[in-house]
Amino acid sequence: MLKNKYLESSWGTSKWHYSWYRVFDINNGFNMHKIISAEFLAPNIKRFEISAPKIAEKRKAGQFVIIRINEVGERIPLTIADSDSSRGTITIIVQGIGKTTKELNSLVAGDYISDVVGPLGKPSHIENFGTAISIGGGVGTAIAYPTAVALKEAGNHTISIIGGRTKEFVILEKEMKEICDEVFITTDDGSYGKHGFVTDKLKELIKQRKIDFVLAIGPIPMMKAVAEVTREKNIPTVVSLNPVMVDGTGMCGGCRATVDGKTIFVCVDGPEFDAHKVDFETLGRRNGTYLMQESDALKNYECESEKALSQKLTATN
Amino acid sequence: MSGKISNKERMKIPRQLMPEQDSSIRRTNFNEVNLGFTEELAKMEAMRCIQCPKPSCVEGCPVGVKIGDFIALVADGNYLGAAAKLKEDNLLPAICGRVCPQEEQCEVKCVTGKKGEPVAIGRLERFVADYERETVGIRQPELKPKTGKKVAIVGSGPAGLSCAGDLIQMGHDVTVFEALHDLGGVLIYGIPEFRLPKSIVKAEIDSLKALGVEFKTNSVIGFTDTVDELLANGYDSVFIAVGAGLPYFLNIPGENLNGVYSSNEFLTRVNLMKAYRFPEYDTPVFNCKDKNVAVFGGGNTAMDAVRTSKRLGAKNSYIIYRRSDVEMPAREEEIHHAKEEGIEFIFLSNPVKFTGDKDGWLRSVTLQRMELGEPDASGRRRPIPVSGSEYDIPIDMAVIAIGNGSNPIIQKTTPDMNYNKWGNIVADETTMRTSKVGVFAGGDIVTGGATVILAMGAGRKAASAINRYLLGEDLWLQS
Ligand SMILES: Cc1cc2nc3c(=O)[nH]c(=O)nc-3n(C[C@H](O)[C@H](O)[C@H](O)COP(=O)(O)OP(=O)(O)OC[C@H]3O[C@@H](n4cnc5c(N)ncnc54)[C@H](O)[C@@H]3O)c2cc1C
Ligand code: FES
Repeated sequence: MLKNKYLESSWGTSKWHYSWYRVFDINNGFNMHKIISAEFLAPNIKRFEISAPKIAEKRKAGQFVIIRINEVGERIPLTIADSDSSRGTITIIVQGIGKTTKELNSLVAGDYISDVVGPLGKPSHIENFGTAISIGGGVGTAIAYPTAVALKEAGNHTISIIGGRTKEFVILEKEMKEICDEVFITTDDGSYGKHGFVTDKLKELIKQRKIDFVLAIGPIPMMKAVAEVTREKNIPTVVSLNPVMVDGTGMCGGCRATVDGKTIFVCVDGPEFDAHKVDFETLGRRNGTYLMQESDALKNYECESEKALSQKLTATN
Repeated sequence: MSGKISNKERMKIPRQLMPEQDSSIRRTNFNEVNLGFTEELAKMEAMRCIQCPKPSCVEGCPVGVKIGDFIALVADGNYLGAAAKLKEDNLLPAICGRVCPQEEQCEVKCVTGKKGEPVAIGRLERFVADYERETVGIRQPELKPKTGKKVAIVGSGPAGLSCAGDLIQMGHDVTVFEALHDLGGVLIYGIPEFRLPKSIVKAEIDSLKALGVEFKTNSVIGFTDTVDELLANGYDSVFIAVGAGLPYFLNIPGENLNGVYSSNEFLTRVNLMKAYRFPEYDTPVFNCKDKNVAVFGGGNTAMDAVRTSKRLGAKNSYIIYRRSDVEMPAREEEIHHAKEEGIEFIFLSNPVKFTGDKDGWLRSVTLQRMELGEPDASGRRRPIPVSGSEYDIPIDMAVIAIGNGSNPIIQKTTPDMNYNKWGNIVADETTMRTSKVGVFAGGDIVTGGATVILAMGAGRKAASAINRYLLGEDLWLQS
């Protein structure tokens, strides 16, 4: 009725016609990213193959995506571990630490992820250095993997050191062995490979032969320790930084870090930087900004998941 | 009815006040502060307009809205007619009615305002647009027959949206590429809910979708596709409207301490990511509750950030500005509202150092007093530091709101286009064409951080030039 009243107004003859505005949400559904496969590589570390044809086609080693699981999700950066442009998929490897990564790791093949944007960041700088060592600690091995592939393709004698707390945390051993000339394993407790830290193996290798390039990706203390080892010998060393991000396009400055005494934005100026110039302390500190909120969110989430699980169990019993 | 009273009587009607949420209540919520005119208030306010034969208010409007005409329709009670009149020149009136700096554009020129207070043009604009949306919905214009031409628009802020709205009406196919997961640019990630409800921005975007504009979120042009790839993959023209989007920092010691934010990050977390509803939404933001917060800057962004911190529970929220109150570029209404909400203003003070505790959390800022010297290039008096005047104030969180540079992604990936020394794209003032054939640019990426209405105006100028270009006119031959 209301509508008719206005149709009769003096105004009905103009070039406009009335319509209750309709919503054709073109994006809904089409833009979602399907999980093609999902499997745990280690406790808490899961590998996903996600449909993202455009990113699969474009991405280069060292680049990352930002994902948001659903409407209420936060945006988190994840390195693209691999891609298959013929299948239109990218691979990401996720360690469940906070609420978002744990929630992500609860997803299975066939589920959807709301937003995936990329490829972001600068690709790794790759050249034939000679002998190159790629070091990955824990889930860092997943991030180091694509760059190790690129280093090998560029003609380097490529060595990989994979570190883990225990045997179960040694990931991608098979994949690394397929592409690298040599692969060494270290575990903190000696349950697999050499007993000790990745830096122990690195020192040994440096003593034995001429090393021309080192890539180190893993927890901040590990990257810092590697940087200290190679600094003495002046071996060019690159690390990939993992600050908190929001947009991933240089718009917010939340990912800023100090490199060579200057403030840089990791998402657009990196993520890879000269390990000898990175202020790891500031990075580690800034990464702790939301520890309190994160642990609250995680507790909430775990409570809710438990509730959901017990409801499911009582329903099926 | 509008003809029945004399100008003298009209001038006697006082400027109608905007109904608003009480300041003690609103500083605890994120609901819109201004509640909008009722029909009665709007009619009364519209009657204050004396319908000048040569209206100077229109000169003050960057897009030349026929102000007198739409106000006369309001006075007659023909609100939908008024909305149509308004939309002949302004595609986003519900938004502009809320965020334009009317006091320095149309209202400052109002003849009624010479003797008393100006007609509340912005409030009427808002009323008319809201009335249309809430009664019949945003009405759709008729579309010209399809031309078969395709245009890519990069960025979904006011410049991109208005360009899309015009081009789709002209019969072209339009795809808008947006880097973020949500549409609207600064309207959605920067300007808070309490000043511009997101449902209003969404309604405008939904109406563009209904007209057939295609939106692709999560598309960072430069990475996902380059401008050249868009041109090579079937788009006949590209309009770049990527906004400013590179936050400036102060470059003083301690700026990377925990608790120091750019306004972009702070506002994006709260608005786009809805951190004010954490943990219902997953994104956290610094817990301001009972803390001292300082925001550096004097523009709209600074006001938005400081008022947001108050709503998040801050004990003391300060604006720290290096000039005095008269030089503050923020809208008058925002400054007024901020003061009502208990924001403290510290003028003529410039930060020189942030200090943290042993764990790296911000604890205080050292300020240096300033005095005003001769006017600078912007016409505002230049602040000069007073030596030996440093003093500290304790703060737990800081927001740097001193403006934005241009985001370098487009420049790095489209090097064969002209940029100025600040990285802004060089575009012709009337056609918005760039130095690259087929590519146009407008909004903050061309002007540097400016206003919604200027960005919208640039989007419309570009649309008209793109239309000419697509219909065969060689805009580049003329140069
Ligand atoms: C907090 C705040 C408050 C403000 N308040 C007011 C006010 O009250 N009144 C007023 O008139 N003005 C105000 N302004 C200024 C106004 O918002 C801007 O001038 C206006 O939004 C600029 O419009 P735009 O379309 O050029 O760019 P934006 O609104 O910045 O939109 C650009 C869009 O492009 C996207 N983008 C960027 N790079 C890419 C890429 N490579 N590929 C794809 N997409 C990309 C961005 O994500 C963004 O969505 C305010 C600004 C801020 C930050
Ligand atoms: S994540 Fe926002 S600038 Fe890098």
